[in-house]
Order: sequence, then structure tokens, then C-alpha cells
Amino acid sequence: MRNRIAALAAILTLALPAWAGVADAQAPGFTLQSVDGRTVSLAQFKGDVVMINFWASWCGPCRQEMPLLDSIYKQYKDMGFTLLGVNVEPDPHSANAWLQKTPVSYPILYDPKSQVSQLYQVQAMPTTVIVDRQGVVRYVHNGYLPGDENQYMNSIRTLIVQ
Amino acid sequence: MRISLTCLRTAVIAAALLATASACSPIEPWVKPYEREHLADPIMALDRNPISSTYLDHVFETREGARGATGAVGGGCGCN
Amino acid sequence: MQLRRAFRGPRSCGWCTRALAALCLAAVPAIAGVLPEDRVDALYHRYQGGGITVQGPSILVQKRIGDHFAVNANYYQDMISSASIDVLLSASPYKETRTQKSAGAEYQHGKTTYSAGFINSVEPDYKANTAYYSISQDMFGDLTTVTLSYSRGWDQIFRDIKANGVIVNDPTFRQRADHRVYGFSVSQILTRKLIGTLDYQFSSDQGYLASPYREIRYADPTNPIGYTLAPQIYPNTRTMDAFSASLKYYLPYRAALTGKYRYFTDSWGIRAHTLQIEYVQPVRHHWTLDGNVRYYRQGAASFFSDLFPYANYSNYMARDRELAAFHSITLGFEASYAFSIPRLTWIQKSTATLSFDRMMVNYLDYRDALYSKFDPAAVKGGAEPLYALDASIYQAYVSLWF
Repeated sequence: MRNRIAALAAILTLALPAWAGVADAQAPGFTLQSVDGRTVSLAQFKGDVVMINFWASWCGPCRQEMPLLDSIYKQYKDMGFTLLGVNVEPDPHSANAWLQKTPVSYPILYDPKSQVSQLYQVQAMPTTVIVDRQGVVRYVHNGYLPGDENQYMNSIRTLIVQ
Repeated sequence: MRISLTCLRTAVIAAALLATASACSPIEPWVKPYEREHLADPIMALDRNPISSTYLDHVFETREGARGATGAVGGGCGCN
Repeated sequence: MQLRRAFRGPRSCGWCTRALAALCLAAVPAIAGVLPEDRVDALYHRYQGGGITVQGPSILVQKRIGDHFAVNANYYQDMISSASIDVLLSASPYKETRTQKSAGAEYQHGKTTYSAGFINSVEPDYKANTAYYSISQDMFGDLTTVTLSYSRGWDQIFRDIKANGVIVNDPTFRQRADHRVYGFSVSQILTRKLIGTLDYQFSSDQGYLASPYREIRYADPTNPIGYTLAPQIYPNTRTMDAFSASLKYYLPYRAALTGKYRYFTDSWGIRAHTLQIEYVQPVRHHWTLDGNVRYYRQGAASFFSDLFPYANYSNYMARDRELAAFHSITLGFEASYAFSIPRLTWIQKSTATLSFDRMMVNYLDYRDALYSKFDPAAVKGGAEPLYALDASIYQAYVSLWF
């Protein structure tokens, strides 16, 4: 049922003009399997500031930013903040191998059919989306350059106190 | 098969103008950034070892009459 | 005092320095939006065939500076030892060294990358300087990259002669050549597994485009060997068009197959086709194997002849085999091994590669004149066998990514 809603949401979202984007709209809901076998959905984190990071093991900047995201997660997780790493690869094999070498403490979810990537209109790799406590998308960042983690932290600090 | 040079050059200029003009109109990319796992594989790089390909190009160009158009590199993984 | 001309034969440097303009464009990575990786390569190259041995080093460094800049530099040498068919026809074997240095930079701003650089090549009888510039633009969600490029070359040509047993530049001989190259290329991601490229290059050469050492021959019944040598006469302009297309496909078991075709035509009447197929296969964790086949076919220049019927036959005359009609097949194989250096943690990846290519050339209208030169009773000029050449090309290099 959730998958059908997600698929319908995806179709409706794709019907919008490409430039509409997900910013300032209600964050599309989704349910995905996590690396440790649990079922995780966005709705579980209503009331938290949620950062969703779309990544792949074949993407250099993605791998570069993940340890920094891990320290951001550890710093803010007790203040009503959570970080979800969404892996976009159809085959989880390479992602698992990389996570073995470079583990992170925040939840990693698999999106093998790219349903959530399409829902969030991912335009670049990596893409980082920050959702506020009311479930509205407030910040979308395409790509990663060293120093961007400061922008993430500024946004998180602003949204955490709201 | 003889295609006149003028005809070929016109086609190239037209393609260049078309590419520039098309940049203004929105076309949905049919291969999304998160679908580039194979294209990002190092073996799919158009020029994997520039030091070697440049040398071989040099070997052929010094011994042959033809030169040029030996390849442009582009595409990539859509990262950043 | 007699000045004996040191006949240099194939001034491979002359040809290759002209090719610099095209080469530097190939060396400039046109990846808009992604700067090249930090990398150092050290190569030893060796070409052996047709009486010529050319060997030397090449070192290439690529480094990012900050987030938007990258620089590159290359040091390259050709150490030539030549006793080729052209040299032996009317001179003596020679040795010389050509040194080439180049430096370039790239600036990336959003979806656009600007590149520029300079190449300097020096050898005893040829100096070439080339400046290049290119712009690359990503479009259509980074599926398409369009690149426009321009390069300009300035050459100075000298002629070596022997004076008092020492090789010097002939003070009466000083020539110039100018080159302009315009390039337009598109690379296009076609599917998740397929990438294609289209490339067009227009080149224009002006000035002294011949060789001070090479000669033509014309039929001369008064000469016991049947022919007489005479200076070559080249046009002083040349315009060239090259069109190429390629496709690279990802095979599901992790391998890549590339097909390339190039059509070349110029104002000298040369038409050439190049077809290349390459297959790359990673094996286990450390090895990458590469095999390739290249077929090349060229028609002769309009003013080329192996043996002109009489002296002053036409306004332009050349006997350089680079302008002859010939076809060649090159078979290549390469093996690359990825190794780790535990103590140096700042090195992300390192590989050692060995590559071997065998080039087999068959000339269709160029004859081996050494037969008639050394045994005129047996073989008359014009009846010598057609020339054929096999060459071996070796490369050994180490690459470090950091």
C-alpha cells in the first residue's frame, strides 16, 4: 500500500514541471529497507529535523562527505535530528563492501529501484535534502565540495530551534 | 562515397548551433545522475591513460598523413 | 672546405611537432563539471621498426588546486637513432634528441570548464611552440558535453649540415610554419551503458611544410641506376578536415568495448580511414587487460609519386612515404597491475602497466629504392618491390593517484 502511494506520489511529482523541485513542499513520504534489515519510513521521524543524503559507492564526492555526515549525525542526534543515507545502487554489493571499510553510525537505506530518487527529483550525485520538524523540505543541496558541511550545519542549527 | 566538404562542415556548424540552442529548452535527462554506476566505472573512461594515448597518437601521426579528431573526453558520473 | 649534408631522412620531429596541436587537444580532458584526478605517470616508450629506434621518457603530473583549478605538466623526450630507408637512400645514419615540455591549467565554474596550455618542442633542426585554449560545457543534465577548442602553432625550421666534422644549422636556411586548429566535439551519454562521441577538427597549415632533407626521384635513362634524385617541392598551404565517431559500451560482466571510426581529407588530396576496436577486461582484483586492433588506410597525396616520369614533372612533387598510398594494421595488448604501497598512505591507487603494439604497414605505391641503389644491375629504378614495414611499440609506465 505504501509502495503504491509512493508510486502515485512519484507519478504526480514527475508530472510537475522539472523546475518546480521539492523545495518548500511537503517532503514526499517513503518506506525503504535498511542495511540492518529493518523497515524504515520517513513518517517515523515526524517532529525531527531529517537530513536525507542520496549517495552511491561509485561516486567520489559521496564517499568523501560521508565521514563528515557521520560527525554531524553524532553531534546533533540528541537534539531531535536524524540523518538517513539513501543508497541508490541497484546492486547493494559494492555499497556493503564500502560500508565494511568505512562504517557510519546513521541509518543507511537501500533504494534499488530508484523510487525515492525519482520522488525527490535527484539532479546530481550526491544530493542532500533537509526537512524541518513539520515535514517541509527547506534545503536542497546538489553535489558536494569540501566546505559544504558548514552549510549543512548552519541549516540544521536554524531548523533545530524551530 | 563522396560527400562534399562544404556539406560536412555545414552539418557540423548546424550541430553546434543546435546544441547551443537546445541548451535553452528543458529536456529531461533520460539517464539520471543516480543511474550512472556503469558509466562511472574507471574502465568506461573515454581516455583512461592520457600519457599512453597521447604517445600512441604521436607515433601514428608522425608516420601517417592523417591527423586529428582522436577523441574528446566527457560525460562522467554526474557527481558534483 | 666541403660541407657534407647530413641527410636526416624522415624528420619525424617535424611531422610530430605539427601534430602537437592535435595531440594537445587530445590531452586536454574535456570533462565539464569534474576536474581530472590528481595523478602522476612515468612512462618509458620505445618504437622500433624500419631501421628507426625512438625511445625516451614521458612524465605527466596532474594536480587539483582548490576546488575549481587543476594544473598539468608533461616532460617528454624522443631519443632517435635512425637508419631508415629514407636516410640510407642518400645519407648516413644519425642520432638526435627531441625534448618537449608542456604545461596547462583548467578552471571549472559550474557546468563550464576552461582550459589553456602551452607546448614547447625543441630539437636540433626544429623548434615548435603551440598555445591552446578550449571551453567545455555540460548540458541536458550532464548527459552531453560540448567542447570548442582552438590551438595555434609557430614553428621554426632549420637544416642540419656538417661543417668541420660538426653538425650545425645551415645559416642560409631558416623557415617558418604556422598552424591553426579548430575543434568541435560532443560526448553524449546514450544509455546507462553506452557513451558516444562525435569529433570534428579543421586544421590549416601555412609556410614551409616540406622536409629539407627528403628528395624525389625521376626516371633518368642517362643514369645507371635508372633515376636521379632531385629536391622535393611542397605547397605552402594545407587545410585538413577530420571527422570521427566512437561508441563505448559497458558489458554486463564488467568489461568495456569501444569502436572508433575517423575520416580524414585534406587539400593535398589525401583521404584516410581509421577504424579501431578496443576491449578492456578487468581480471580478478588487480589486473586489467586491454586488447585493440587498428586498421588504417590512406590514399596518396595528389603530388606524390615514387618515381616521376621526368624532371620538373609538376609544380609540386613529393616522395615522402607519409603521403603515399598505404594501409596498416596495428595489434595491441596491454596488461595493468594495481598494487598497494602500505607505507605511503597518501597514495590512493597505484598501477604498473606494460603495453605492446605491433604495427604492420604495406605501401601500395612506394618502393624500396635501396634495392636499386645497392644492386642496380639486378633491380632497375621503378621495379623495386613495394616497401613494407613492421614496427614494435613498447610502453612501460607506472601511475600513482593521490
